[in-house]
Amino acid sequence: MSSIGSGYDLSASQFSPDGRVFQVEYANKAVEASGTVVALRCKDGIAFAVEKIITSRLYESGSNKRIHNVDKHIGMAVAGLLADARQLLTVARDEAKQYKYDYGVSIPVKYLADRLAMYMHAYTLYGFVRPFGCFILLAAYESDGPQLYGVEPSGVTYAYHGIAVGKAQQTAKTEIEKLKLSELKLEDGINEAAKIIYQVHDEVKDRMFELELSWVGQVNDGKHERVPTQIFAKAESFAKASLEEADDDDDEM
Amino acid sequence: MDVLNPMTYDAEEDQLRDRTKYSQMDKHLIPVEFQQQPVSTGTTIVAVEYDGGVIIGADTRTSSGTFVMNRFTDKLTQLTDRIFCLRSGSAADTQAIAQVVTYQLDFLSAEMNEPPLVRIAANCVRRMIYQYRDDFLAGMIVAGWDKKLGGQVYSCPLGGLLVRQPVTLGGSGSTYIWGYLDNNYRPNMTQQECYDFVLKGITLAITRDGSSGGCARIAIINKDGVERIDVLGNDLPKVFDL
Repeated sequence: MSSIGSGYDLSASQFSPDGRVFQVEYANKAVEASGTVVALRCKDGIAFAVEKIITSRLYESGSNKRIHNVDKHIGMAVAGLLADARQLLTVARDEAKQYKYDYGVSIPVKYLADRLAMYMHAYTLYGFVRPFGCFILLAAYESDGPQLYGVEPSGVTYAYHGIAVGKAQQTAKTEIEKLKLSELKLEDGINEAAKIIYQVHDEVKDRMFELELSWVGQVNDGKHERVPTQIFAKAESFAKASLEEADDDDDEM
Repeated sequence: MDVLNPMTYDAEEDQLRDRTKYSQMDKHLIPVEFQQQPVSTGTTIVAVEYDGGVIIGADTRTSSGTFVMNRFTDKLTQLTDRIFCLRSGSAADTQAIAQVVTYQLDFLSAEMNEPPLVRIAANCVRRMIYQYRDDFLAGMIVAGWDKKLGGQVYSCPLGGLLVRQPVTLGGSGSTYIWGYLDNNYRPNMTQQECYDFVLKGITLAITRDGSSGGCARIAIINKDGVERIDVLGNDLPKVFDL
């Protein structure tokens, strides 16, 4: 999977002989090193779950959040370099603000994803800047239903039914594929997303982590927000319980 | 435009001849009858929402002072497939605004890959009017149909206000038919009732307002498309003439 660029990887303005831009691929490596993000597009909304890895007990809990709001109706979850993500968040908010000023209505999430992708792509064209080392997930519940978009460091954007990004993305993706997302309700989706995060979390390598959960859907009228405390507690206990179940199953074998 | 002593809408229209930037010398050298007046769509425009679309209508007179420059003007200007604007005030200003907004909406619909919302069109018109409020004399109505909210009518008068209304009037001729509207408009009228209401309103305004005249142009906009009807002079509904 990883091959050394050997001479063609020094700047984003260079192609390798086999047609790759190594700087962009290295940016993806930065994404893969971050804590996992899981996003599920359920029948009536979208659930974000983020494994926020804590590297020191001295950090105040709740600092360096990885789920943000771009305008009231769009949620953004990030994987990768958080400082890069902060700038993209500012850019996204600016786009949303300008759209509202020009056209009088809230920005559609598809349009925002395209604009953000164009912006991120611009940084993959020149030698004097580096590509953004983050994968941005955008979620909204609009008049034609829930929409989930992901923007990669290369600047491509896809619409997703479900996606996992970060350290454990392969394992998490397998878990997501087991779910029947088109029939899943948002309340259950939140629990499932939390469960996946707990399941793929590596206890050995990263001892401490904080779970971040947010949702946007019919239940809160399309306004993206962190889940209420009771729902959060329920999801966390559901996730921890399923972990224990899995342990018990292992014991039986 | 004096902010501390704002004019009423009618008084501004009468002040038209003072606002001309050109031919200042004309005022001193040439008798009033021969001076050129700015071209205005001193007008009557009407728009009403009904279940499933909108019906819009206007008279067809463009005047330059007392000279009728065009007696069969089309004041119903198409911005997109299903969105029209009705123009009143200075003909040049409103045409310029319509052209710019048509371009903006065309560009936006290409980016978004879907037809623009009526509200967006109305906002673009309003932004222009507000930005150049000290220079423009434009009172416009934006009306049309979109998938999200159906038929909508938005009023964008002189200063740069934007407000959605189920029925609205505009132009110098509208002053004579506000009473007719108050008396005859009811919510939830059928398409035919709305059509009769619009046509009668324009006819009444034409008979009383010197700056409105000619024929009536009406358009029905709904999800199936735009139907344009031109009601020529003789076919206008009969109004009691003293």
